[in-house]
Amino acid sequence: MTAPATANAVEHVVAGEVLAFPAQEPARAARDSRPLRLITCGSVDDGKSTLIGRLLWDTKAVKEDQAATLQRDSNGKQNDLGLPDFALLLDGLQAEREQGITIDVAYRYFSTDKRSFIVADTPGHEQYTRNMATGASTADLAVLLVDARVGLLEQTRRHATIATLMGIKQFVLAVNKIDLTDYDRARFEEISHEFRELALSLGVRQVTAIPVSALKGENVVYDGRAAMPWYDGPTLIEVLELATTRSAQTVGFRLPVQRVSRPGESFRGYQGTVAGGSVKPGDSVVILPSGMVANVTKIVTFDLVRNAAVAGDAITLVLDRQVDVSRGDMIVAIDSQPLTGLSFDAQLVALQAEGIQPGKRYWLKSGSRRQRVQVQPASQLDLKTGKWNQAEQLPMNAIGKVHLSFDEQAIFDTYEQNRTTGAFILIDPDTNNTVAGGMITAKRSALGGIHTEDARVILSLPADLADQLMATELFANRREEAEIRRVSAGKAVEIIDDIDG
Amino acid sequence: MPHIHPETELHNPQSAKPPLDPHLKALENEAIHIFREVAAEFERPVMLYSIGKDSSVLLHLARKAFYPGRVPFQLLHVNTGWKFAEMIAFRNEIVERYDLDLIEHVNPRGAAENVTPFTHGSALYTDIMKTEALRQALDAGQFDAAFGGARRDEEASRAKERIYSFRTPDHRWDPRNQRPELWNVYNGMIRKGESVRAFPLSNWTEVDIWRYIQAEDIPIVPLYFAEKRPIVERDGMMILAEDPRLELLPGETKREEVIRFRTLGCFPLTGAIRSNATTLDDIISELETATVSERQGRAIDRDQSGSMEKKKREGYF
Repeated sequence: MTAPATANAVEHVVAGEVLAFPAQEPARAARDSRPLRLITCGSVDDGKSTLIGRLLWDTKAVKEDQAATLQRDSNGKQNDLGLPDFALLLDGLQAEREQGITIDVAYRYFSTDKRSFIVADTPGHEQYTRNMATGASTADLAVLLVDARVGLLEQTRRHATIATLMGIKQFVLAVNKIDLTDYDRARFEEISHEFRELALSLGVRQVTAIPVSALKGENVVYDGRAAMPWYDGPTLIEVLELATTRSAQTVGFRLPVQRVSRPGESFRGYQGTVAGGSVKPGDSVVILPSGMVANVTKIVTFDLVRNAAVAGDAITLVLDRQVDVSRGDMIVAIDSQPLTGLSFDAQLVALQAEGIQPGKRYWLKSGSRRQRVQVQPASQLDLKTGKWNQAEQLPMNAIGKVHLSFDEQAIFDTYEQNRTTGAFILIDPDTNNTVAGGMITAKRSALGGIHTEDARVILSLPADLADQLMATELFANRREEAEIRRVSAGKAVEIIDDIDG
Repeated sequence: MPHIHPETELHNPQSAKPPLDPHLKALENEAIHIFREVAAEFERPVMLYSIGKDSSVLLHLARKAFYPGRVPFQLLHVNTGWKFAEMIAFRNEIVERYDLDLIEHVNPRGAAENVTPFTHGSALYTDIMKTEALRQALDAGQFDAAFGGARRDEEASRAKERIYSFRTPDHRWDPRNQRPELWNVYNGMIRKGESVRAFPLSNWTEVDIWRYIQAEDIPIVPLYFAEKRPIVERDGMMILAEDPRLELLPGETKREEVIRFRTLGCFPLTGAIRSNATTLDDIISELETATVSERQGRAIDRDQSGSMEKKKREGYF
């Protein structure tokens, strides 16, 4: 579970300038790290299929019989290196291609001596938001593809924005078709500079830009030094080999209880996958939502009774006393507890044609917990401008900010803190379909002066801010929900202190 | 093995083995998570057990997921009557050893009409004895979830299949209308009659399976290891010539070869490969240099027009 020491090296890489790439090879031991999950973003025009095909081909993930099928399907279409059309490799069955159902997420697998990779391959065109969000939800890293001749496009911004929203913090910019610019270094640097600005505006600092030719296989798996002596940074595969995998070990212990194991009177264990932090026998824990306290006596697995478990481990936990624990409860560290409450703020991606209807009651599933929720859309992200606009409902593919109201206590961390306990899906009770993927941004509290379901809230603001806010159309439309009081800035600070205190 | 493990038995004798490498550990954790989630969310889950290597891994993971309890669902073996004899012997031993609850189902219509791969052709035979038989068994058991050992790397159409793969009441899969699957939050909500196929091994590759079998010392059918066995060559495949029901066609002769099987199914439809791999190490190193995919030995999914022409382009790499 521990990341190899070398993995940190990538963190020092900034856009277009590789500051510190380790000269020494990481340990030769086969697969010394967890599989890296990545998502590729870009369109057919950018050469995305060719890039993934190249990765699979050069890492020998394509076998002879598959290649033969590919060769036949290519129907003579070959690139100038005599290779088959890689795009066909990725599009699945012939029938599938004919039916045009590639608007979805496909998963590809390849590996090197050092690591295995799972690529979520999403189409770059229609419904990209929905599919990208799905692919990005489990990804540790995003590869964004641009055509060196074209540079950044509006879609590059969109892809980067969605990837960031879904919690991806490592980006690779593959400046593809660099061969078609005669390996123009200035062009590459111009694009990577522009992308660095974009990434910074999104708060992403871990960016590596690489000039590649997916078609010729330069700087993908094999280096392109012969054609680009000016580039001394890593190849794509080198970056992927050293990237860090998601880890929630630094936060508080979380165990969403999947099931209670009672094979006999003498044994009662709580089974689940550790969603954050670590645990060891003797630790004090709280069971949520009941709030009961207990101590861990044992961590049971098939292989041995363990002395510790960390995020990602599927375990069975035994406690020192009889407490009421059932599926959907969360066992957490006593000194670092998640947020509990009836009202939360979240961002979500609408995944189905019906969109998200205001006030409709959905099922919300997070971890092993499923409960009823009412969803109130507040705003929608304009992917073109990056601005949030007021919205009453969210159509398919929309990214929105929403308020969640529960009948029973909900338990979350923010997504920023924990990508497992901060994530949820919404299920439409009429169709049973998954209609949204969401990320918790904050807990809402009545005291915090934010709008709640029925209560009229009071905002105490400095006079100038109060006037400005009351002049807005948004406030005018919802005047009955809130009352604004003008106070001095000093008084506002006092009120805030009282609330926080 | 008793149904209930007293606490004193918690120390598993296997604990002496070295810990799994992080890659396999991550795959194992994910599979156990899926097993527990399905077992908790569905009323009548069942595990499809086909006796092959993937099923062996699947079973091992199920035992791990519910330890110290028993595997809380039945295993279902859809038997065609044409499995390798060694597979059936192995199955019976495993069921006995691990105290499993196994249902065996043979399509009564197929049996009555004597549907065989020789008389009805592989496509029709497979449809009746496997697909139709599976539907019968799932309906009879009223199972609302069925675990399967399918992996996404096996073939292109599976690359897009979800971990919870939704089925209509008549067991149909609509690949164009799958539920989105984000994070590891699975949507198990279905109506009566609908069901879900759950695939805990979705993210495993063939090499992962073998490395896990080795690391965990999981028993598998001996046919996976090379040995001198009687074969007959038919339709470009080497078929095991042990079963008395296999009649030699004109021009065919039985001979002995050192062979093994990369996948196991019905013996008349499963081609052997020439191999000297007698250990797991051998198999893994053979696999790492293999130039053909595992499905290549299966007659049922070989493409009619596909020729296995050696590719000159290999030299380029």
